Amino acid sequence: MSDLVMLLTVFVLAIFVGFEVITKVPPTLHTPLMSGSNAISGITVIGALILAGAIDSPQVSRILATVAVAFATVNVVGGFLVTNRMLKMFSERRK
Amino acid sequence: MLSQQVVNLVYLVAAVLFILDLKWMAHPRTAVRGNRAGALGMALAVAVTLLSGRHDWSLILIGVAVGAVIGAVAAMRVKMTAMPELVGLFNGFGGAASVLVAGSAVIAAVASATADTGLQMRIATVASAFIGSVTFFGSYVAFGKLAEFLAVKWKLHPWQRVVKYGFSLVVAVGCLGYAAAVPGAWPAWLVALCGLAISGILLVRKDRFPGMDAIKMVAALAALAVAVLVVLDPGDEPLFWLLVAVAGILGVILTLSIGGADMPVVIALLNSYSGLAAAATGFVIDNTVLIIAGSLVGASGIILTTIMCKAMNRSLVNVLFGTMGPGADTPADDEIYRTVKATTADEIAMILDGAQRVVIVPGYGMAVAQAQHAVRDLATALEGRGTNVEYAIHPVAGRMPGHMNVLLAEADVPYEALVEMDDINPTMAQVDVAIVVGANDVVNPVARTDPKSAIAGMPIIDVDKARTVVVIKRSLSPGFAGIPNPLFASDNALMFFADGKKAILDLLAAVKEL
Repeated sequence: MSDLVMLLTVFVLAIFVGFEVITKVPPTLHTPLMSGSNAISGITVIGALILAGAIDSPQVSRILATVAVAFATVNVVGGFLVTNRMLKMFSERRK
Repeated sequence: MLSQQVVNLVYLVAAVLFILDLKWMAHPRTAVRGNRAGALGMALAVAVTLLSGRHDWSLILIGVAVGAVIGAVAAMRVKMTAMPELVGLFNGFGGAASVLVAGSAVIAAVASATADTGLQMRIATVASAFIGSVTFFGSYVAFGKLAEFLAVKWKLHPWQRVVKYGFSLVVAVGCLGYAAAVPGAWPAWLVALCGLAISGILLVRKDRFPGMDAIKMVAALAALAVAVLVVLDPGDEPLFWLLVAVAGILGVILTLSIGGADMPVVIALLNSYSGLAAAATGFVIDNTVLIIAGSLVGASGIILTTIMCKAMNRSLVNVLFGTMGPGADTPADDEIYRTVKATTADEIAMILDGAQRVVIVPGYGMAVAQAQHAVRDLATALEGRGTNVEYAIHPVAGRMPGHMNVLLAEADVPYEALVEMDDINPTMAQVDVAIVVGANDVVNPVARTDPKSAIAGMPIIDVDKARTVVVIKRSLSPGFAGIPNPLFASDNALMFFADGKKAILDLLAAVKEL
């Protein structure tokens, strides 16, 4: 199996898994779902890290990747923290 | 240094943790655990990436530190009412990161003679840059419209002016500076032109202007053409930035014309794009964890978009390209509102005194008035008198999916008390008093009765079937749909004209005096 076909397989299957899992999330949690999935989309940070740290790359490439690291980190850190803040409000019950 | 196989295995673990995160989101009890699982997955993926290969950490540390501080401060300080703005902004950051990673990867690949610039990488780079740029500029516009500084006529706060003019200035100067730095290349000059166009359009003080559809068409076709050129010659760097710039115009125009009522759809859609951009970036750098995480988010955004569209009985195409205005032959407001009855807090308190079952219907007005805590206090007071209180939540109430639920959760309303539209409607006839706080279109019975109305067929909460409806509203002004609401004038409806929070507090005082 070529690399491209393998990657496409992963892509399509992951979309199906996503559909299955997310249809079960109740409307009450749709806002935390959005901010949480936003944090997950900050996974771009992986690509940014690889490129920002690549020693042999041209300086321009590494600087662009560093800015990408900053953007994606905002997504990851901010996304998970704000989701946690919201979800705690849902789970802390009134006595 | 870790072998590539170990790295890929850890990526697999991270991907499983992301799926568990979303799976555990299915219930408020397990959702906190889910979010932690996702964060753990992200930490593992980052750690294993840094431990593999030879890295120069200097730039990485700067990027991570800056991003982490901004993200943490934003997450801790944001008000729950401003959650749509924050999510909009974060969507944009995701899009920007994808564009920059694709750009960086292209430059690195072209510089190194050995690297692969095959068809997969070329197409993925184009997709990443295009979707990422549409997401970034679209999200900025969505943020600007939610924070009410873009496409508005009124006077702006100083911070709004700084952001609005600052952003336009940075885009214009950045693009002109780029053109000056790359002399002689025609795409670079077009980048400058696009930059000026974007910054100009962002300064327009209304959401629709003549020639908008033409710009939309030209930008879409131009983006397609430039995309083909980039695939043919990925080494032409100015061409890559031209693609980003043209896609940026498209993102701005597409989002600018979308009305306030459709904001939940747009935010959900941009959420989906930010995921798809990440997945495309995964194809650029041959990385499975990016592809899996990106497609999960893409799927999530698409599902939310569909739910929002259904809740407004509109197609996605109609939201993106259509208009929503008053129907052809709407009767004059005066005629409809002839029989409106205004009421006072004391009168409502008397009615509530005998009520067994009360339903509160919150809308965006409750968020604007920051009335969620007052509403909770009123509900507690009523429950103390033996009344059963529930909240009926319309899927598009507020400005993003689940907006009302978050606000009420912030006010310690237990989630069991929040009832979805489809569950509450069949029992609406047994409700003694329905209290509508800052909602309008989502309780407009015209959606059921008048097939020619702008909101015909949109599912609504049937408050008109309750024995008494109390509508708390500042005036009889129309909602986002711009049409009058005959509910306000019906026999069982009472209007309480006041600011949402003050009205609820007055009502609370009156109930306590009973």
